Amino acid sequence: MVTDTITDIAEAEQGTSLWKDAWLRLRKNHLAIFGLVLLSLFILIALLTPWIAPYAYDAQNLDLGASPPSAEHWLGTDIFGRDLLTQIMYGGRISLAVGFVATAVALLIGVTWGAIAGYVGGRVDAVMMRLVDILYALPFMIFIVLLMVVFGRNMLLLFLAIGAVEWLTMARIMRSQVQSLRQQEFVEAAISLGLSPAVIIRRHLIPNALGPIIVYTTLTIPSVMLLEAFLSFLGLGIQPPQTSWGLLISYGAETMEEFPWLLIFPGLALTLTLFSLNFLGDGLRDALDVRSSKD
Amino acid sequence: MALLDVKNLAVSFVTRMGTNQAVDDISFTVESGKITAIIGESGSGKSVACYSMLGLIPMPPGRIDGGSAHFEGRDLLQLSEPELREIRGRDIAMIFQDPMTCLNPYMTVGRQLMEPLRYHKKVSRQEARQRALDLLEEVGIRDPESTIDNFPHQFSGGMRQRVMIAMALINEPKLLIADEPTTALDVTIQAQILKLIAELQTRRDIGVIFISHDLAVVADIADQIVVMKEGKIVEGGDSDHIFHHAEHPYTQKLLAAIPSDSKEPLVGQPEPIIRVQNLCTWFGQGKGREPVKAVNDVTFDINRGEVLGLVGESGSGKSTIGRSILRLVPVTSGHVQFDGTDVTELEGRDLKNMRRRMQMIFQDPFASLNPRMTVYDTLAEPLLLHGIENRRTVAQGVLKLMDDVGLARAFVRKYPHEFSGGQRQRIAIGRALATHPEFIVADEPVSALDVTIQAQILELMQELGREYGLTMLFVSHDLAVVRHLADRILVLYKGEIVEQGSGDDLFERPQQAYTKQLLSSIPGRALLLS
Repeated sequence: MVTDTITDIAEAEQGTSLWKDAWLRLRKNHLAIFGLVLLSLFILIALLTPWIAPYAYDAQNLDLGASPPSAEHWLGTDIFGRDLLTQIMYGGRISLAVGFVATAVALLIGVTWGAIAGYVGGRVDAVMMRLVDILYALPFMIFIVLLMVVFGRNMLLLFLAIGAVEWLTMARIMRSQVQSLRQQEFVEAAISLGLSPAVIIRRHLIPNALGPIIVYTTLTIPSVMLLEAFLSFLGLGIQPPQTSWGLLISYGAETMEEFPWLLIFPGLALTLTLFSLNFLGDGLRDALDVRSSKD
Repeated sequence: MALLDVKNLAVSFVTRMGTNQAVDDISFTVESGKITAIIGESGSGKSVACYSMLGLIPMPPGRIDGGSAHFEGRDLLQLSEPELREIRGRDIAMIFQDPMTCLNPYMTVGRQLMEPLRYHKKVSRQEARQRALDLLEEVGIRDPESTIDNFPHQFSGGMRQRVMIAMALINEPKLLIADEPTTALDVTIQAQILKLIAELQTRRDIGVIFISHDLAVVADIADQIVVMKEGKIVEGGDSDHIFHHAEHPYTQKLLAAIPSDSKEPLVGQPEPIIRVQNLCTWFGQGKGREPVKAVNDVTFDINRGEVLGLVGESGSGKSTIGRSILRLVPVTSGHVQFDGTDVTELEGRDLKNMRRRMQMIFQDPFASLNPRMTVYDTLAEPLLLHGIENRRTVAQGVLKLMDDVGLARAFVRKYPHEFSGGQRQRIAIGRALATHPEFIVADEPVSALDVTIQAQILELMQELGREYGLTMLFVSHDLAVVRHLADRILVLYKGEIVEQGSGDDLFERPQQAYTKQLLSSIPGRALLLS
């Protein structure tokens, strides 16, 4: 009997957290793991690019010009004779960083803001959400141009500017989730246990609202990457010789009739990233929904 | 000849996990002008049996394995879908449990009533409207001329169920299937609806299948009773036989689960632990709007060690009183004293410490547990929060709680959705007891559960109440349950206390008209007093 109790307790003590269970479930989802591996690979390459890139990112070979894939240039070269593989690797650094950092900023602000507004309700909610409405109404481009004019062009500002726009929708989604969740009796139970609002939001509300948030996050990352391309195209973001996937794609699109590889390969890199994100996002959503588990 | 003659019906559901025999070789008959009640707990196959005859279960995974169901000489199981569609709604009509979800909120009641008529009988608009008006009158809706063009949300729950019944009757069916038609209603309304169904069935000479989980509900109206368990009929016969000469142990268990005794009053000097004085809790005030006075000027005491029953229909403010005491809703005016401290003024740390001493058990065990927290997390949270256990000893504390509420230790890492309703309610009770409270508000803790489970949970609560020395405010709409459990009972009507007294006082010598009406609405009252 004594030993029995001890093993029981040992079993009870080992991690019972939602995240650990979610990881166990995610591991069984092959597509999600494929997405995770591919994404990790891209990130790893991006981190190591300065050391493993075959050429310098600004090395031109004007004599060569645009050339199709060959033994020296695996993915070909652009009209200035720059190696496309190198460009994609350096572009990935910028694109992935913008995508993840800006989304993380949006996630952090949006989820917190929305959860507080939804949980507290009343006048606080009204003020917080009117602020969101005002920011929504502000023309995005003017906002960015203003920031760039005042602070000058820099990468960090770009992240912040994009994140500052993307969190608005996140906050709205989170708020509506929390509003419907807080009516439930388990939240009342948590209040009557004496938990503080911060703990209730963190432990009881956010985990239950994660489904739509994760899906929206996986949609936000690619849209942020495209936004960056758009800004760079207007001359407000990244400037040559620096580059990003979005920029490579828009240049590639201009010349796609003569030099199709300039569009295909950067496009492929972006597409693969998006696929991985979607697989991973769907997998995460299912893994975090404890009811979907079949074991 | 019987109107409906079901023979050896067998239905199973085939899933990846294997085959589940939902209905296992059952036979019963329904006569015109008679009510056949099918009684069983959730999962007993009582609804599946009826739905499968009408082709209303999804196939696959559902599968009819055999048997026959002769309705007016035709075997329903052999009919094609178009033929069944002709019969459904015209010859066989249904009433469901929740009248709100079964009515389209964007269509007026009148249009919804006329729809089946126009579909099945092809009558003109005026004619259909006249028929709808007559029927609304027949099912007891006052002034149908002016209400027929209202939308469902403008009716009360009882009135909506009357509309549903009118809708079922509009094509003059020969068989009416009522699936838990009164479960979502208050006792007084339930009594009215039961009476209405019995009246209609005699007047129109139709056969009725009445599906219910509660034997007491059908006690006064059923002619035949069929008791089902795990897909099989364990016992069937006329009403008198089931109630007075039941042979099968399961039927006897169901009968025994109907609480019929009243509790012995407490002995010793009463010492109030909770004093509620002139409590008012109003909602929706401001901007010249008339507030909803959920609780209006209520004063009462709860003595240490006592179970105080609070009864009333929905909207009587009984839940709001419990929540006001626990500070879960803001109090408008008045005072609540707990052990000498005014609870309504506490803030911050003092409030948190007070919350440790007062806990709540909720009605719906499906909503009151965080779906993403395991049993371990749910029970460990209050233990750690109030420093009752530390990180090293918390696992032991959790297991002790699970033992106390009768949950197997092996379930410690499971999530709420993996449990049945009764087990979930045990988890919720464990969470409430974790802080070693002195006072507990139990808000309809058993009304979402099956009858036999209900009896188990009530027993557990009584046992733990003694063990932990609890004082309890037991909120319920079920008078029989309250009488069984409570030392004293308060009757609430529209936010005010109408009458109070011991169980025996109220049941045998009710003073107020409202209390008398409540008592006469208790289903199976004859059974209770016998």
